[in-house]
Amino acid sequence: MFAVVQFPGSNDDRDLVYAMKSVLGADARLVWHKESALPPETRGVLLPGGFSYGDYLRAGSMAQFSPVMADVRRFADAGGFVLGICNGFQVLCESGLLPGALVPNRNLQFICDFVHLRVEQAAAPFTSRTRVGDVLRIPIKHRDGCYFASEDEFRSLEENGQIVLRYCDAKGQVTANANPNGAVGNTAGVRNRAGNVFGLMPHPEHAVEPALGGTDGIAILGSLIDALGGAR
Amino acid sequence: MKAVIAVTLKPGVLDPQGQAIQRACTSLGYESIESVRQGKRFEVELEAASVEEARRLVEEISDKLLSNPVIENFEIESIG
Repeated sequence: MFAVVQFPGSNDDRDLVYAMKSVLGADARLVWHKESALPPETRGVLLPGGFSYGDYLRAGSMAQFSPVMADVRRFADAGGFVLGICNGFQVLCESGLLPGALVPNRNLQFICDFVHLRVEQAAAPFTSRTRVGDVLRIPIKHRDGCYFASEDEFRSLEENGQIVLRYCDAKGQVTANANPNGAVGNTAGVRNRAGNVFGLMPHPEHAVEPALGGTDGIAILGSLIDALGGAR
Repeated sequence: MKAVIAVTLKPGVLDPQGQAIQRACTSLGYESIESVRQGKRFEVELEAASVEEARRLVEEISDKLLSNPVIENFEIESIG
């Protein structure tokens, strides 16, 4: 069962359950942030997009202290798979489960658009359905999505293969023009050193049906389902 | 007791809001304004038995919540 944590102000929580359950056939359930523990049958944790706590102070800064997050941290420390999308990525960075931080977009605008992403790491549990160099087309919708890490830290992230996705053009070229928000190294998705926690600004759950404009998000959500041995 | 805490972006962290403010200054005719960095200021009221205890508490919340050490520094401007 995938636990989709619902914070006050989450707004992609139901879309994520829909993508996991109705499109991909996995067992996924909303878990309210005030729960003191994840349900015992939890096999993966998904932190959805939105504006938890209204983005007060800094995006994701308050949600890290929600009661259920202590158990999410234990789950992650024990090697459990945790995926954070958009606001979920911000929460993971703020809580220290992922390195770096997400700061306001360089142009200070809210951007809602399809972007292209170059796969830099194709491995379980989050990108096993892809190959390095694949180009995914998935939408972003954020104002605070500019990934930042200090020069030294970013170098070590690159050396350790923790940069999973980069913004690129339609041909897979990672260029300054293809960088929508000013993220260091065109970074769109990062994983932790152990590889069991992954955060990304683009929304795979919004690219799971042709009617939504594309289906490339399945490559990511489906990889996670595969990593847990199938849909249940 | 009352404490005032300033949270500022670390050098090297891009501040597009500060840059926009600097450009606004220029367009208002203040061409001598060369650079602006934007930050936050917190006024906190708290109960504490001593200034030392208050400082310890304020440092703790500044580190844990008011600032993100990856991108920001904090400074306790006054306490007492």
